[in-house]
Amino acid sequence: MSFLTLTGIRKAYGAHTVVRDFDLQVERGEFVTFLGPSGCGKTTTLRMVAGFEAPTAGEIHINGHDVTHLRANKRAIGMVFQSYALFPNMTVAANIGFGLKVARKPPGEIKARVDEMLAMIKLPQLAERFPYQLSGGQQQRVSLARALAPSPQILLLDEPLSALDARIRVALREEIRALQRSLGITTIFVTHDQEEALSMSDRIVVMNEGAIEQVGTPSEIYNAPRSRFVASFVGTLNLLNGKIVDASAGAIDIDGQRATTRRTLNGAKPGDVLPMALRPEALRLGEGGDDRNTLAGVIEDVAFLGAVVRVRVRLQQAAIIVDTFNTGAGDLPPRGQPIAVNFGRDDLIPLHAQ
Amino acid sequence: MKSGRFGAWLAMAIGALYFLAPLIATFEFSLRMRRGEYSFDAYRVVLGSSAFHDSFLYSTVLGAVTIVVGLLVVVPTAYWVHLRLPKLRGVVEFITLLPLVIPAIVLVFGYIKLYGSSSILPLTTTSLGADALLMFGYVGLGLPYIYRSVETALRAIDVRTLTEAAESQGAGIWTILFHVILPNIRSGILSGAFLTFAIVIGEFTFASLLDRPAFGPYLQLIGANRAYEPSALAIIAFALTWACMGLIQLFGSGIRLSADKR
Amino acid sequence: MTTTAAAQSTRALRLPNLAAWLGVAPFFIFAVMFLLLPTASLLVGAFQDHDGAFTLANLGRLWQPSIRLSYLLSIEVSVASAFFGALIGLALAIAALRGGLPAWVRPTLMTFSGVASNFAGVPLAFAFMATLGRLGFVTVLLRSIGFDIYVAGFNLFTFTGLTLTYLYFQIPLMVLVVAPAIDGLRAEWSEAAEILGAGRLQYWRMIVMPILWPSVLGASLLLFANAFGAIATAYALTGSFLNIVPILLYAQIRGDVLHDPNLGYALALGMLLITGLSNLAYLYLRARSDRWLK
Repeated sequence: MSFLTLTGIRKAYGAHTVVRDFDLQVERGEFVTFLGPSGCGKTTTLRMVAGFEAPTAGEIHINGHDVTHLRANKRAIGMVFQSYALFPNMTVAANIGFGLKVARKPPGEIKARVDEMLAMIKLPQLAERFPYQLSGGQQQRVSLARALAPSPQILLLDEPLSALDARIRVALREEIRALQRSLGITTIFVTHDQEEALSMSDRIVVMNEGAIEQVGTPSEIYNAPRSRFVASFVGTLNLLNGKIVDASAGAIDIDGQRATTRRTLNGAKPGDVLPMALRPEALRLGEGGDDRNTLAGVIEDVAFLGAVVRVRVRLQQAAIIVDTFNTGAGDLPPRGQPIAVNFGRDDLIPLHAQ
Repeated sequence: MKSGRFGAWLAMAIGALYFLAPLIATFEFSLRMRRGEYSFDAYRVVLGSSAFHDSFLYSTVLGAVTIVVGLLVVVPTAYWVHLRLPKLRGVVEFITLLPLVIPAIVLVFGYIKLYGSSSILPLTTTSLGADALLMFGYVGLGLPYIYRSVETALRAIDVRTLTEAAESQGAGIWTILFHVILPNIRSGILSGAFLTFAIVIGEFTFASLLDRPAFGPYLQLIGANRAYEPSALAIIAFALTWACMGLIQLFGSGIRLSADKR
Repeated sequence: MTTTAAAQSTRALRLPNLAAWLGVAPFFIFAVMFLLLPTASLLVGAFQDHDGAFTLANLGRLWQPSIRLSYLLSIEVSVASAFFGALIGLALAIAALRGGLPAWVRPTLMTFSGVASNFAGVPLAFAFMATLGRLGFVTVLLRSIGFDIYVAGFNLFTFTGLTLTYLYFQIPLMVLVVAPAIDGLRAEWSEAAEILGAGRLQYWRMIVMPILWPSVLGASLLLFANAFGAIATAYALTGSFLNIVPILLYAQIRGDVLHDPNLGYALALGMLLITGLSNLAYLYLRARSDRWLK
């Protein structure tokens, strides 16, 4: 049985439905991310798990207990907020110990646990400081320690890294994941940053306009997106219109040129035009072998992005973006030069029109 | 939280009662001048009396002069501190806080001592001198509010860029101040002006001790001698204050509004 | 303003710095002539006898029973109106800003507070006379339902009446001063406290009150200083009956009732010390709370 279950969750404010048909089962110790653009309902759903919002319909079960109508302060959940929300009138140590103090634990036990948490986030020297004296990254780590100190059964993180600098974000990301693994605590992480989602999660729930678009591992979400939204939200993408020539053989016409896909084209009839996804890193410059697809075009633009060189190739109507590694070989291909690009038969992903 | 909301409504209701009761009572009392029936007689008497006209005119004119002098003192200062003399900001702000700390009665006492008959600048001995002294006192009372509204307005516009742009067109300092900066801080100026006016119109302490025929002492005199007219005057004064505050809301942003008329 | 910006401004502006100094001159001349010197002159006078020699005797004579009583009375009125003004003002502010009331309540309260904190002095005295005087509206109303407050011992022209009248501008002042601090209470703190297991009362006790108390105390001190220096309302309401310090000072300025001008200066010095210290304490507490809530 799953540790955390959301069944048929729906949230509406009057006539406006913010979350609909949300079903999810999270295993104990799993790290699940809710990923989506602003307003997609990911934070609202998180807050329903926390107990700050009551679902209009549906149930939430934690470890077999129905907590749907349980108050937030009775759910034994830890939460980390985007704005840290550290209590300004208390020291770091007092903040971390707050949950235990509220639960009336003896002072000795509180001190021991606080020290343990400070060691865990590697900030024992900041115990007597006040939040206004800390940097953003430090505050967020204290916030994490505070959430974990009472040994909650679930950890919720609401866009905890959005307010931080890029470099700190990456470092903290790894720390959070490592901590979560070592503690084995069931975690839900909310973000709009797909890189965070891909690098941290066991599974990702992609949301759009209140509904789940797809649930899967990072690899599944990235390599096998089931809808145009998921494909375009996660990673850069080439979206091409492919006209079906022969559905059973997987033959497609792209801008007047032939290509083959090994992926299923269920129910498509010759003449149908389907959106097709093609990842920039799946493409290579030059002619491919017989088992690969090759398209001919002209180089329109070349962008040097450091580790990656991004080449835009113009077919007839469509343009394809090709990402190749910077080999350090020096010269980048010139604009206007005719070029061929090739990609594998599995790389052309038909999306079912949304 | 249902119980919380009930408590909140209760608090507001009690508050509303306390604050509206005197207004209703005063208005009701002011209508009682004619025996047996409600009438606006008290208002008619008050608004028709020459003492009212004279003292109100005096205070209005003085208020206008105060506002002009106050702005002449504050605007260039705020401008220059902003642009060139940022180190003076602390001192300037401290000075603008002084009128809030020094009670009016103490300040006017100081005026009488310093500019009284036995000093080198005996302003109190002449009528014009005393008027000037009163005006300067009012500038002092209004200073915190004028400064704060002008400052807030200045911070909202990019003073440096405006000045540089005007300079590059060849404008001199007066042109810059009057034609470029002033129009852009109009809301701040108007806020400060209306607040100062509200302060001046009802001010009692300064006017009384400097023996000037202002509206405040007139109010106090009426109160000591008449029965119904004071209530009418109180309502008029309250209406005036509302009008000033309303105009401030219209023109200005949120500033802490409280003044010394006490 | 950063130093680079300041440096840029001196490079960019071709107007001489002289213009800047001339521009601020009127302000400083005004400040010296009409704020600093008059006050300083009083302070100096407090330490002089009528020959101009230095003496501490005036300060000593402040201790005489009648004047001491005066200060005591002033302090009592100021403390009473500050205490109740702070309490009620805080309650109103919390109710309007945090009580879950409809959106129109807050701006209404704020605007009204702005007006009411200004409605003081002589007109306010009139208003309260019309309300709670012997023939006042509320007095008559209560009498008609059988409760005569004057028989019960209440009198508008006393300490209690004056305090009640002072509350009319003290409460709004409190609302205006304390509103920013209450606004500073972030919603996430209440949620963080809740998810960590705290109940509503614990949240108020362990987080809200510690955060708010410097602001509340500071505001109370502001109210205290405000009441201490007030005169017009008292003069119009109780005349010379209630011998608070401002009234005493007023009488002294008018007619030298103390028969000793230097004692008058000492009186003023005493007032200034009290209002000055209160305001200083207010500024300190505000700075401290601002630092926390950064």
